[in-house]
Amino acid sequence: MISLIKKTFENTKKENRPALLTYTVAGDNTKKKSLEILKSISKYSDICELGFPHNTPIADGGQIQTSAYRAIKNGIKINDVFSIANQFKRLKKNKPIILMGYYNMIYQYNENKFINKCKKSKIDGLIVVDLPYPENKSFSLRCKKKGINFIQLVSPTTSRERLTQIIRNSHDMVYYISMLSTTGGKLKVAPKKILERYKKIKSLNKNKNIVIGFGITEKTIKSLKKADGLVVGSAICKEITNSINKRQNAVTNVTNIVKKLRNKIR
Amino acid sequence: MKLKKKIPLIDQHDKFGFWGGKFGGSFIPETLKKPVEDLTKEFEKLRKNKKFIKQRDYYFKNYIGSPTSFIKLENLSKHLGGAQIWAKVVSEANGGAHKIYNATVHALICKAMGKKYIVGDTGAGYAGKMLSMAARKFGLKCKIFMGAKDIKRQKPNCDAMKKNGAEIVPVYSGSQTLVDAVSECMRYWVSNCDNTHMCVGSTVGPNIFVKICGWSTAQISRELKTQLKDEFKKIPKKLKLINCVGGGSSAYGFWSEFINYDKRHIELVGVEAGGPKKSKLHAAPLSRNAKIGILHGAASYVCQNKEGQIQETESISAGLDYPGVSPIHCFLKDTKRARYTYATDEDALNAYQMVTKFEKLNPSLEPSHAFAEAIKIAPKLSKDTIIICNSCGDASKDRDILKERLGKKK
Repeated sequence: MISLIKKTFENTKKENRPALLTYTVAGDNTKKKSLEILKSISKYSDICELGFPHNTPIADGGQIQTSAYRAIKNGIKINDVFSIANQFKRLKKNKPIILMGYYNMIYQYNENKFINKCKKSKIDGLIVVDLPYPENKSFSLRCKKKGINFIQLVSPTTSRERLTQIIRNSHDMVYYISMLSTTGGKLKVAPKKILERYKKIKSLNKNKNIVIGFGITEKTIKSLKKADGLVVGSAICKEITNSINKRQNAVTNVTNIVKKLRNKIR
Repeated sequence: MKLKKKIPLIDQHDKFGFWGGKFGGSFIPETLKKPVEDLTKEFEKLRKNKKFIKQRDYYFKNYIGSPTSFIKLENLSKHLGGAQIWAKVVSEANGGAHKIYNATVHALICKAMGKKYIVGDTGAGYAGKMLSMAARKFGLKCKIFMGAKDIKRQKPNCDAMKKNGAEIVPVYSGSQTLVDAVSECMRYWVSNCDNTHMCVGSTVGPNIFVKICGWSTAQISRELKTQLKDEFKKIPKKLKLINCVGGGSSAYGFWSEFINYDKRHIELVGVEAGGPKKSKLHAAPLSRNAKIGILHGAASYVCQNKEGQIQETESISAGLDYPGVSPIHCFLKDTKRARYTYATDEDALNAYQMVTKFEKLNPSLEPSHAFAEAIKIAPKLSKDTIIICNSCGDASKDRDILKERLGKKK
């Protein structure tokens, strides 16, 4: 059976545009609010990434850290994350949802229990920031068996040899990190250069959907629209922070941003 | 789970970097895979290179000041009765602590790899101070990541870092201590790994950093072995090596030559930070039975909650104030080769007072934890038992805390 993630990319390709992937942190700033945000932005977002927050995130910049700390402070637990995802899927069963986070949370939950819970909650994919290839081989295989996409990451430092192996071991989607940076960094590489590398990766296997993330904002998104998909995270988390600080409605503000992002790549 | 003989402990890991099949590894973001691989290859090459070893030994001797002295604490031993208490005064090393070994080796590796920038984390400020010294010595640009709370409580070391021309980057996230400094340093490396070398300040972090640090501090026990033979003609029959354990770099360095001995012959005792007496918080994952978790790229016993969020720690000693611990100490614990216990803030302060009252020694709050254990067990032991404490840091950095807690300036 073809996965929902793959189907989504087929649809966006038919529409001749990249998929828009959004990242928000579960429980930011409350459980209820984060579900509302998720529901609202999914009108414009093609795939929703939902972060399960960790308090020692070694690959995240300030914006996502702030969101994660805020969610944890407000009492979010891993089972709440599943419950938010599951409630979302009940309303939007055709919208893929990807959980993203750090390995220790999965390790403490128990790998197999975590995968089963993902399956039960109708999670479509999983990104684990600090579980690289080949360490993730057995875990990703178990995900695949349960019909969950394990999304491999590749970066500008990934050697050609590794790239070949990672692509071979990937499922429907691969995440290309645009530059050497934590999340939320300013795009310091020319979009042309990013797309050149992107094409090289794509040429290894045309059937894999490669999305680009890190440094993507309203300003930069248009320049990368040739990719299969584009991920925006920090810009969204930043808007949540701003809305809270200004005592404005985060749901409306974030939705507006996502709508604008979508309009830039239509 | 078993220790192997004849292979250094730092090399007793599997192909994924795990000691005992479950401690260590390299849980790193994809971006760091290549720089970590490059560093691993370079280190394996360098440690077999005679010229590099010669260079290392030259700087250990002429720059660090090896060997540091090995002395008997006559008055303290007499006062306590029982076992003889000795100290390996590693704080005599250039800069005032064992951290100079790892810093010097990292600076040499950084140079060999042709990188011009070096970054590191620090808690007590010693790792930062030493890295800034080594960077200056070898002409490297240096950035040190340090928790804002630690910057306040370890000012003397911060002054030294600035004097050496290093930039201190204050870290305001989380508990504003070592754990956050290490995270922030790793983030910086993720963003700048093309031209920057990272030094992890202890035997923690992804596998290769545990190895490099352990390989560097092992100098301490090589010296001690020679000094023991000089002093006693052979290794004494009843020996206890007591060392404080935060990340565990000085303890591994102090023990590495002695791990092959039977534990009834040479007992290895690690003392963690128990925190304030009445506090629930501590920094003692080994002795207070924390669960295994992943922190800063490695699996080890980690102070954490049920969900896997890293717990805040509390200790009077910034150098031990860390929720994780070296995977090699987890391995030594599970194989029962070493015994781990803890001392509270108050125990350490009392030990500090007693040692400085009887001896011309000024151990910082970190080794004061080790002395606390020595003082506790010495009276119950026979006169032919030799206890050696690694006095791995000098208390000059602690002058503000000591003044506040004990009302005097040392």
